[in-house]
Amino acid sequence: MTRLALILWLALGTALAPVTILIAPQALAVQPDEVLDNPVLEGRARELSRGLRCMVCRNESIDESNAELARDMRILVRERLVEGDTDQEVIEFIVDRYGEYALLKPTTGGANWLLWAAGPLMLLLALAVGLSYLRGRETAPETGAARLNEDEKARLSKILED
Amino acid sequence: MIGAHKRWPGWMAMAEPAANAQFMLTAFAFGALTYAFVSSDFSVALVVQNSHSLKPMIYKISGVWGNHEGSMLLWVLILTLFGAMAAWFGGNLPPTLRARVLAVQSAIAVAFFAFTIFTSNPFLRMSVPPFDGQDLNPLLQDPGLAFHPPFLYLGYVGLSMAFSFAVAALIEGRVDAAWGRWVRPWTLVAWVNLTIGIGLGSWWAYYELGWGGFWFWDPVENASFMPWLIAAALLHSSIVVEKRESLKSWTILLAIIAFGFSLIGTFIVRSGVITSVHAFANDPERGVFILMILGFFMGGALMLFAARAGAMEAKGVFSLVSRESALVFNNIILTVSCFVVFVGTIWPLVAEMLFDRKLSVGPPFFDMAFTPFMVVLGVILPLGAMMPWKRAEIARSFRPLVPALVLSLAIGALAFAMQTGRSALGPIGMFLGTWLVFGAMVDVWSRTGRGALAGRFGRLTRLPRADWGKAIAHAGFGITVLGVSGLTAWQQEDIRVVQFNQPFEIAGFTLTLTDVQRVEGPNFASTMGTVDLAKDGRAIATLNPEKRFYPVAQMPTTEAAIDIGFWRDVYVVIGDPQNNGGWAVRTYYKPLANWIWGGSILMALGGMFSLSDRRFRVAAGAAKRTPAGGVPAE
Repeated sequence: MTRLALILWLALGTALAPVTILIAPQALAVQPDEVLDNPVLEGRARELSRGLRCMVCRNESIDESNAELARDMRILVRERLVEGDTDQEVIEFIVDRYGEYALLKPTTGGANWLLWAAGPLMLLLALAVGLSYLRGRETAPETGAARLNEDEKARLSKILED
Repeated sequence: MIGAHKRWPGWMAMAEPAANAQFMLTAFAFGALTYAFVSSDFSVALVVQNSHSLKPMIYKISGVWGNHEGSMLLWVLILTLFGAMAAWFGGNLPPTLRARVLAVQSAIAVAFFAFTIFTSNPFLRMSVPPFDGQDLNPLLQDPGLAFHPPFLYLGYVGLSMAFSFAVAALIEGRVDAAWGRWVRPWTLVAWVNLTIGIGLGSWWAYYELGWGGFWFWDPVENASFMPWLIAAALLHSSIVVEKRESLKSWTILLAIIAFGFSLIGTFIVRSGVITSVHAFANDPERGVFILMILGFFMGGALMLFAARAGAMEAKGVFSLVSRESALVFNNIILTVSCFVVFVGTIWPLVAEMLFDRKLSVGPPFFDMAFTPFMVVLGVILPLGAMMPWKRAEIARSFRPLVPALVLSLAIGALAFAMQTGRSALGPIGMFLGTWLVFGAMVDVWSRTGRGALAGRFGRLTRLPRADWGKAIAHAGFGITVLGVSGLTAWQQEDIRVVQFNQPFEIAGFTLTLTDVQRVEGPNFASTMGTVDLAKDGRAIATLNPEKRFYPVAQMPTTEAAIDIGFWRDVYVVIGDPQNNGGWAVRTYYKPLANWIWGGSILMALGGMFSLSDRRFRVAAGAAKRTPAGGVPAE
C-alpha cells in the first residue's frame, strides 16, 4: 500500500498496519541503476509497473514501492522487455508467477464483468427511474399551498419580516 | 473517567440540557486525555505508545488523535458537539422535531460511547510506567496531518446531523420546505469540513510521500470520498426540497445513505476487513461492533423510510427541462459515481468470498470507471446552473454561456496543439475546467439582471451570499479539474545519479546539487541536500530535500523540497549515496499542481459563503435580529 494510505490507516486508528514495510530501507522507488538505456523500452516498463501490484504492500504499485520485492519485480519486467516480450506477454508472465492478485487493473474475465459493468448499468437504471419520475412530475396536478398551521404561519411571517 | 461517558436519560424535556451535559462530559474526558499527552504521563498506555517527551508540543497534542483509541474519543466529542449545537441553535425548530433530532443524535452517541469503552478504552493504565514513550509515527509528525483528522471527523460526524434530521422527520411524518432549510446548513458544515479534510490529506500526501502523488484510490481514501460525494448530492437535492418541495423522499434517503457511508467508512478503516478477510477474522471485536451499529441505525432508518416514505407526497410541478431536472441529473451522476467507488472498494472482498479469487482493484480501474462521470458532470454543470426553476428552455439558458464555451474550446484546442503525441486527457481537462470556471462567472453575472454596467456591478456586491457560494464552489470544482488533468497529463520525471556541482536539466529548469550535510532535528537526524534551481541562467531558489531518521520509532521519512509556483511546482527528492560517488536524485516538474488544492479551498469557501447566507442565519436562529435592509456586503 502507499505510505499515504498506511498513514491514514494509522491516523484513523487501525491497529493492523504492517510495520514491516515501514522498517524496509528508505530508498527511491525506481533506482537509477534499474533504468534501461532504451527510452522506449523504459517508458513501456514504467507504464507496465504502474499497473502491477507490489505483492507485499497494501495497494501500492511496484513503480511506487520501496520494498525489495517490488525492485525484483521491476527488474523482472525490464528483463522480459529486453528479451523482446510484448506488454501482454509480460503481464501474462507476471500473472503466471504471482497470480491475478498482482494486477491493479482487474481483468474482465469471469465474474469481474459485473465489476466493470456496475457503473454503466447503475447509470442506466438511475436514468430510467429518474426520467420516469420527471415525466410524472411534468404531468402531476399542482397541489394547494403548503399546509402550515396557524402557529407556523405566524412564525414564517416573522422570519420573513426580519 | 467512566463517569465522563455516562449519559443522562434522554426524555423529551431533558433533551436539551442532556445534550449539553453529554458534550461537556465528553469534552472533559477529551481534555483529560490531552493533558495526559501534553504532560507526557507515561502511566497511560496510549501515551506510551504514541508519544515521547522530546516531541514538539504540537505533535504531542495531535498525538491525542493520531491513534485508534484517541481518535474514537475525538469522534464522540465531535458527535456530542453537534448534538449540543443542535440544542443551542435549535430554538427555531418545532419542539417535537428538536427533541427527536436530539434523541436520535444521542442514540448514535451512546452506541459509539459503548464502542469506545468496550473495545478501545483510551485510558487504560500501564502497571509499570516506562521511562519514556515510543513516539508517534514520524510520518504523522507534520502540520498538514495534525489537522487532517479533526476536519475529516467534523465532516464524517456532521453527516450524523443530516441523518438525525431525516429520521426525526420520518418519525414526525412531515417533510416540508422548512425541513429542507434546517437540514441544509448542517449538511453544508459537514461537506465543507470533509472537503478541507480530504484536501489537507491529499496535500500532505503530495509533499510528504516523496513522489508527489495526490490521490491513490486506497480503501481509506475512498472511505472519506464516498460520504463526500453523497453529501454533495444531498446538498443539491435539499435545495429542491427547500425551494420546490419536491424530491422529498429521495432527499431523506440520501441523508440516511450519507451517514451510512460514514459508518461504512469507519467500518472499513477500523476493522481491517479490506486488507484481508483473515485479519478481520483474527480480531473481529471492533469490526463486529461497528457492523452492529451500522446494521442497527441503517436497518432501523431504512425500515422507517420504507414505512413512511409513501406518506410524503411531492408538490411542485416542473417540466422535463428545468433546474429541478438538472439537479436530479446531478444527483444521479454523484450517487452512481459513488456507487462505482463503493463497488470497486469492496470488490476484492466480494471476489474472495463468493468466487474464491484473490484479486486487486487499483487506481487504473478507478481512473477508467470513475473519471467519465466527472466529465459528464462537468459538461452539464454550467448549463444546469443557469436554468430557471420549473420550466426552462435550453437555448435561452445556453445563450449567455456561448462566450464561455468558445473560450474553453479555444483553450482546450490550444492545449491540444501545444502538446505532442500525448493522451487526450490534458486538452479535455483544460476545456472542462475553463468551462466550469467561466460558466460560474457567467452564472453570477447573469444574476445581476439587466441594465447599465455600473448598476450591474453594484448589484453584484448585493447578491445573496448563497449565489456567490454556489459560483465559487463550482469554479473551485473547475480549478481542481484543471489541476488534476494538468498534473496528470504533463508531469515530467527525472531519475538519475547526480554528482556534486554537475548541473542537469528538466523541463527547462537547471538543477545543481552543491552539498549534502547531516543536520540534527529535535527528535530526528536529517541528511539534507542543497540544490540550486535556475532557469535560463537566472537563479530561482535553493531547495533542501531531506531524508530524516527518527531514532525512537526507528523509522526513516522523506521530506521533498518543492519550489512552489503558480503555474508549476519543481519537486526534488534526495535518495541514497551511490557506490561510485554521487547521490540518487529524483526530480519532477508538476504543472498546475497547486490548483488541485486551490480548487478544494475554493469549494470549501463557497460552502462557507452559502452557510453565511442570511436565510440560514435566520433559519438556524443564530442571528435572530439581522438589521433591516439585509446582508452587509463584506
